[in-house]
Amino acid sequence: MDKRRLWEAVRPYVMILPAMAGIILFVIYPVLYLVKLSFYKYNLLNASRSKFIGLDNFTQIFTRGDFYSALINTVVYTVGVVLLTLILSLLIAVWLSRKSRFNAVVQAGIFTPHIISIVSIALVWMWMMEPSYGLLNFLLKSLGLPTSQWLQSSRTAMMSIIIVSVWQGIGYYTLIIVAALQSIPPSIYEAAALDNAGKFKMFYKITLPLISPQLFFILIIMTIGSFKVFDTVKIMTGGGPNNATTTLVYYIYEFRTTSIGYASATGVVLMAIIALLTFVYFRLLARKVHYQ
Amino acid sequence: MPRGLRQEASGNDGNTGLAGGVTLASIELVQVTKSFDKNVVIKDLNLKIEDGKFTVLVGPSGCGKTTLMRMIAGLDPQTSGSVLIDGKDVTRIPPGRRGVAMVFQNYAIYPTMSVRENIEFGLKNNKVPKEERIRLVESISETVGLRPYLDRKPSTLSGGQRQRVALARAMVKKPAVFLMDEPLSNLDAKLRVQMRIELIELHKKLGTTFVYVTHDQVEAMSMADTIVLMNQGEIQQEAPPEVIYRKPGNLFVAQFIGVPPMNVGELGADGVTFGFRPEHAVLSAEPGDFHYSVRGTIVTREMLGSETIYQVRTDRHTFMIKCTEDRFSADQEVFMGVPADKLFFFGADGNRLDERDQRIAGYMNALRVQSHG
Repeated sequence: MDKRRLWEAVRPYVMILPAMAGIILFVIYPVLYLVKLSFYKYNLLNASRSKFIGLDNFTQIFTRGDFYSALINTVVYTVGVVLLTLILSLLIAVWLSRKSRFNAVVQAGIFTPHIISIVSIALVWMWMMEPSYGLLNFLLKSLGLPTSQWLQSSRTAMMSIIIVSVWQGIGYYTLIIVAALQSIPPSIYEAAALDNAGKFKMFYKITLPLISPQLFFILIIMTIGSFKVFDTVKIMTGGGPNNATTTLVYYIYEFRTTSIGYASATGVVLMAIIALLTFVYFRLLARKVHYQ
Repeated sequence: MPRGLRQEASGNDGNTGLAGGVTLASIELVQVTKSFDKNVVIKDLNLKIEDGKFTVLVGPSGCGKTTLMRMIAGLDPQTSGSVLIDGKDVTRIPPGRRGVAMVFQNYAIYPTMSVRENIEFGLKNNKVPKEERIRLVESISETVGLRPYLDRKPSTLSGGQRQRVALARAMVKKPAVFLMDEPLSNLDAKLRVQMRIELIELHKKLGTTFVYVTHDQVEAMSMADTIVLMNQGEIQQEAPPEVIYRKPGNLFVAQFIGVPPMNVGELGADGVTFGFRPEHAVLSAEPGDFHYSVRGTIVTREMLGSETIYQVRTDRHTFMIKCTEDRFSADQEVFMGVPADKLFFFGADGNRLDERDQRIAGYMNALRVQSHG
């Protein structure tokens, strides 16, 4: 009888053991190891000569100008990508939410970039953004508009990367918002029509609150994703020109061989920033989100 | 359920904010046709709904009753023809400016707004000043018993309370016409009966035009001043409940109204059908002296308390018989009789033959021959 009671008590833990083993091995241990590394001056050639230096790495991070410029670049990138993607995909979704064959084709078209590797996308856009022979400048010129240096100038490089990221992500988020819009019962709009609500009021008072959970989800997912941007930067600009597009993750990457400890410390800081941002989002916006 | 309309309705009218300024409006549909793509649902329909009356549109699903109501509301405007409210053609007037309010089957409450905001939304859109709005919302919520729930979200309310929110939202606009699209079908049976009575009282109190859509003939019979019975986009009969029941215009009406519906059988002459109501047949162990009298066997017995319903099979037909007494059991052999004045005859086209019709005498004889098998 006692044996059985013991099994009853232990059983839940045995059940979650496989999953927990995976999480501990692949999530918790690496994070803890990252934190540990951030306290060391790590020697790649001879690990035994690594030295515990306490918070020195962190002091260095917060006193170096290049960290702040990387942070500012990342913030600019994130704000640009999140705002543009949210606004554009919301507009496109509202346009596409009516079910028709034409809309289905357009939706599939907009979604396509999402299934293409970001490497291919980046390379194609680099080619199109080439200042002398690229398609974009050709189009601008034929329309009589001023051309741009795109990736070649530190003034426009970040904007160019933002354009590519927005272009790649928009279809996926449009899809989520379209699904949200289509789940709103039409009778609610009919009730609003009988309540003499105008188009703008319907959108602002009914549509937006009803899709707010999805918008909030997109906001958080995209903010986290944008803060960790790397591949586009790596392929298109390599952080240049003149570090104008060096983002936090690219900054970490640059220290991958020279200073593992410093890179780890920056990783910890990045993690903290993202956690803080998410927390702030929840504090500020959770009351405006209507779950049903 | 806190306080119902019922208690309030008998109370002080002056406090409701609804007394005075009652606007009435008749509704007229002239030669309206509605088609979805190439599918014609309603063709050249004419209907006049009197002001201040409780009119129930009833019929089987797909008969066009909801379509008709949505045309009045302006949600799905007619393909051709015109809709007149209070004598004015409203074809080009959007739903929000027609002076109508609608209660939807699924209530269509704004889920992200509180009860107060739900009720207030239409008033805000109509630019009603704030003090007036507060006064109206509070008096209406008092009437429907939602006062304690004004700041709650609809998701925290029960089905019956949500129904009241939908009602309050419609009432607060003081519409000239109330449209209700099967508003009770999502409630449980007990609450439905209670709400039925509350709606009758609400109509009496407001005195406005009510148009009510249902597929439930019991709801139609119990609430209507006038029943408009529809089938396949056409009006079958338009009459008060007692006329619909006692003088059904045709076979369809006869078999749609009544629980169980009217018993019908082939007469075997001119394609004529005869019929009688289940409660007008008399069952007895001995053959009785009735105009139409047949021998049959009881197949099933449903004891419902105040009455018992027997299914009786004769050699030609199967009839449902409603008795107030419970004297027989299944498989028993019985005699069933119907007096002459309770018999109906329907022509080959399905229309009921008038009592004064000269052919009736002949059909009565034909039926007499069928008697006693």
